[in-house]
Amino acid sequence: MATIIGAVTTSHIPAIANAMANKLEETPYWKPFFDGYPPVRKWLNEKKPDVIVLFYNDHGLEFFIDKKPTFAIGVADEYHNSDEGWGIATIPPVTGESELSWHIANSLVEDGFDMTICQEMKVDHGLTVPLSLMWPGNDYGHVKVIPVCINCEQHPMPQPKRCYALGQAIGKAIESFDSDMTVAIFGTGGLSHQLDGEAAGTLNRKFDLECMDKLVACPEELTQYSNLDLVKIGGAQTVELNMWIAMRGVLRGKVTELHCNYHAPISNTGAGLLLLEHEMPE
Amino acid sequence: MTVKDPTQPVPGTYLFDGKMAKKGYGLNKMCFSFNEQAARDEFNQDPDAYCAKFGLTDRQINAIHERDIIGLLQEGGSIYYVAKFAGLLKLNMQDIGAIQTGMTVDEFKAMLVRRGSGEE
Repeated sequence: MATIIGAVTTSHIPAIANAMANKLEETPYWKPFFDGYPPVRKWLNEKKPDVIVLFYNDHGLEFFIDKKPTFAIGVADEYHNSDEGWGIATIPPVTGESELSWHIANSLVEDGFDMTICQEMKVDHGLTVPLSLMWPGNDYGHVKVIPVCINCEQHPMPQPKRCYALGQAIGKAIESFDSDMTVAIFGTGGLSHQLDGEAAGTLNRKFDLECMDKLVACPEELTQYSNLDLVKIGGAQTVELNMWIAMRGVLRGKVTELHCNYHAPISNTGAGLLLLEHEMPE
Repeated sequence: MTVKDPTQPVPGTYLFDGKMAKKGYGLNKMCFSFNEQAARDEFNQDPDAYCAKFGLTDRQINAIHERDIIGLLQEGGSIYYVAKFAGLLKLNMQDIGAIQTGMTVDEFKAMLVRRGSGEE
């Protein structure tokens, strides 16, 4: 059976891609952010997961509001990035894992998660920035990626408890896949931020740090929040925490934090980084 | 913080829900098209003609002219698509944060730093 070896959470904002393109990693503004990453890169290079299941939200590249899936999963052999309108550089194609993707899709629908299943799917910065961060120079072609996209744009959007349950169902699906593959889970986006309205610039460091602690030790507490709670506490786009919560749903048993970094602000956001392993019960 | 729309449940925040998605459909569709360079060029050549193509209302067209980000949100703009309009104007997230809050860009950035460090 396929094995889930651990998980990573990271910010995915476009400004990170611009900072890497302009080689700003060592500047005072960016250094505290980028300095968090080497231990996670080392873990990935040592553990060499075959597959990454990556939770992200599309920001208007693949999905428009003509048809907006609540949950979508990619089942392709390859995914492409494309111009998002603000001149961040596009990155090379991302390798997919069609067979496991279909297995997860089948299992999810069987379990009551009626996914939108995508054979073609342009992937935006929500997915590409984490890959560029983990494999500098965009050296990620060897890793197979399964995109799982959660609506974080248009209300109604799935609530934290539903995203956690989605993660649990994905964990069950992966563990029932007849293969010796190893799988790591990425939860991307967040944490507190607000881009729009007179309340633009909302940030909540205390809440972000609490979330990171709870995500490791007592994730069920985070599922008690509603999306409206998250908007009020951390700003309108804090709902991206749902991708982290979905990631955490995949992990089972005792969860250990191997690495943690938090820095705020980068652009308008609080940026959290976690590296987690779990010890699955027999 | 000056709040212009008392009907919204969270002060200073325009939740993008069904009502807004319907109201802003044409506006958002236009901004979604800005993913393509050809669309950005066409807009820049004749903004009014391009707005007309997507059936924007007079209020939406006015907000586009005025670069009134709050106005665009009030007229149903989703920040994801409004951000693409901002990108076309070469404005980044701190620039539009400053526009929306009535601060200078430096003031807005300083506020982010204070909040990020937990001072505020």
